[in-house]
Amino acid sequence: MSLLTPDLGLLFWMLLSFLLVFGALAKFGFPIITGMVDKRRAHISEALLEADKARLKLESVEEDARRMMDEATRRSQELTATAVEESNRIVESARQRADEEVAQRMEAARNQIEIEKERALGELRTTVALLSVEVAEKVVRTSLADDKAALGLVERFVDEAEGEMGHSGK
Amino acid sequence: MYMRRLLLQITLLVGVLFGGAPWGACAQEVEHDVAEPTAEEKLDVVGLIFDHINDSYSWHIATIDGHHVEIPLLCIVRSEEGRWYAFSAAKVAHGHSYEGFYVAPEGEKWEGKLVAVGSDGELYRPLDLSFTKNAAGLMINSLLLVAIILGVAGWYRRRNYDVHAVPRGFVGAVEMLTMSIEDDIIRPSVGKDYKRYSPYLLTAFYFIFVNNLMGLVPAFPGGANTTGNIAVTLVMALATMFAVNVFGNKEYWKEILWPDVPVWMKFPIPLMPVIELFGVISKPFALTVRLFANILAGHTVILALTCLVFISVSMGTTMNIVMTIFSVLLSVFMLVLEILVAYIQAYVFTMLSSVFVGLSRKEHHAAHKPKK
Repeated sequence: MSLLTPDLGLLFWMLLSFLLVFGALAKFGFPIITGMVDKRRAHISEALLEADKARLKLESVEEDARRMMDEATRRSQELTATAVEESNRIVESARQRADEEVAQRMEAARNQIEIEKERALGELRTTVALLSVEVAEKVVRTSLADDKAALGLVERFVDEAEGEMGHSGK
Repeated sequence: MYMRRLLLQITLLVGVLFGGAPWGACAQEVEHDVAEPTAEEKLDVVGLIFDHINDSYSWHIATIDGHHVEIPLLCIVRSEEGRWYAFSAAKVAHGHSYEGFYVAPEGEKWEGKLVAVGSDGELYRPLDLSFTKNAAGLMINSLLLVAIILGVAGWYRRRNYDVHAVPRGFVGAVEMLTMSIEDDIIRPSVGKDYKRYSPYLLTAFYFIFVNNLMGLVPAFPGGANTTGNIAVTLVMALATMFAVNVFGNKEYWKEILWPDVPVWMKFPIPLMPVIELFGVISKPFALTVRLFANILAGHTVILALTCLVFISVSMGTTMNIVMTIFSVLLSVFMLVLEILVAYIQAYVFTMLSSVFVGLSRKEHHAAHKPKK
């Protein structure tokens, strides 16, 4: 049966065409295709590795940045707190100083007033004494002939008055 | 009679829509029947199918109005006296004889082959290297395959082998198919030095695949039953056998000649070595027959289903219509199935070749060797 017996002529042509195809494809065909795919695979895995590395690096950089941001925020909060405290302190101390100043001024003013008052009182007393003397002189001149007796009288009166004043003053 | 003719024209139109060559051959017979209604109504289906699946000296394309459109191919023969003759197949067509050579008629010895009568008056078969239909088909398919693969390789070259150039469309599909064969079959089966065998195994895969597919194309450049011919598959299987046995390492030959079995099984009667040596021969034989038989069967079934249309003509108009629809549906199904088989057979051949090569390249003896 010719179906099952290989024909010599066809064997020859088959061998020829298969060898030609094999020669052409094994040299110029498949190695290029598979080589390119292998090259691309290597390139892709390399790129993936690099991307992974870059991602890790980016993550660490981000971490750093976040830490730095946190630090900065903390520092600024600290600084703000310190500044507020400081300003409060300054205001407080200024107020204290102002109070002290005021108190001092008041004290000084009071002293001055006291002194002025003393002086004014002295003056007033002298003036009053002189006026009294004059008044008394005039009164006495008219009623008393004797100066000496009159003066003694006046002095007594004045002392009495002074004593009254001292009582009421203290 | 008129109705039957009309019906034939319709079925022929359907046939033409689905291709040419095998249907053309059917048409020839049917026209013959119609022209001579007195002759036997029965269609010679077996002869028709064998005409297709067998090799021939000219490439029959179609028959139009009883006129054969065919390409006569080159006959190359060496006579008994050692003289070479080369002539067109047209010279020996239709029973003619040229320089004593003629095609043996049906029913005789060497039916359909070139024969001559020797000086002793005996019929003999000359050394026949004719460029037959299958040889021409192999050449066309080979050219197509080389054009496709070199075209794909050229795609990369035109882009200066740039890693960033990723092919799409057809080139991408070829690349994907190539890599699926290499990654899924060749690398796991062959093992470490698979790169050395990959070009051969890929060539085998594509050669079979393209020939299988072209065999399914019914119109002229296709339709030759190349992978369904035992000579073709025999050469492929011998190539694998060559790759396995010539490049087999020491371990492989030790497995065959002195396998790891109890001594009484290999000495004094070399029982296991004989079985193993038989395996060396049976492997390529299995490769040969599996591919050839699968493709041959596919072609036969498709042709038989198509001929159903013409067989049923004698069964009446209604039956003919029913059978025509049935035949067309089944033919479409079978063609689609054969496309799958074309891939599967190429895959199986490549896989078995890879496994055989892998067995011949084993590094050291494994405790439990996998049985193939």
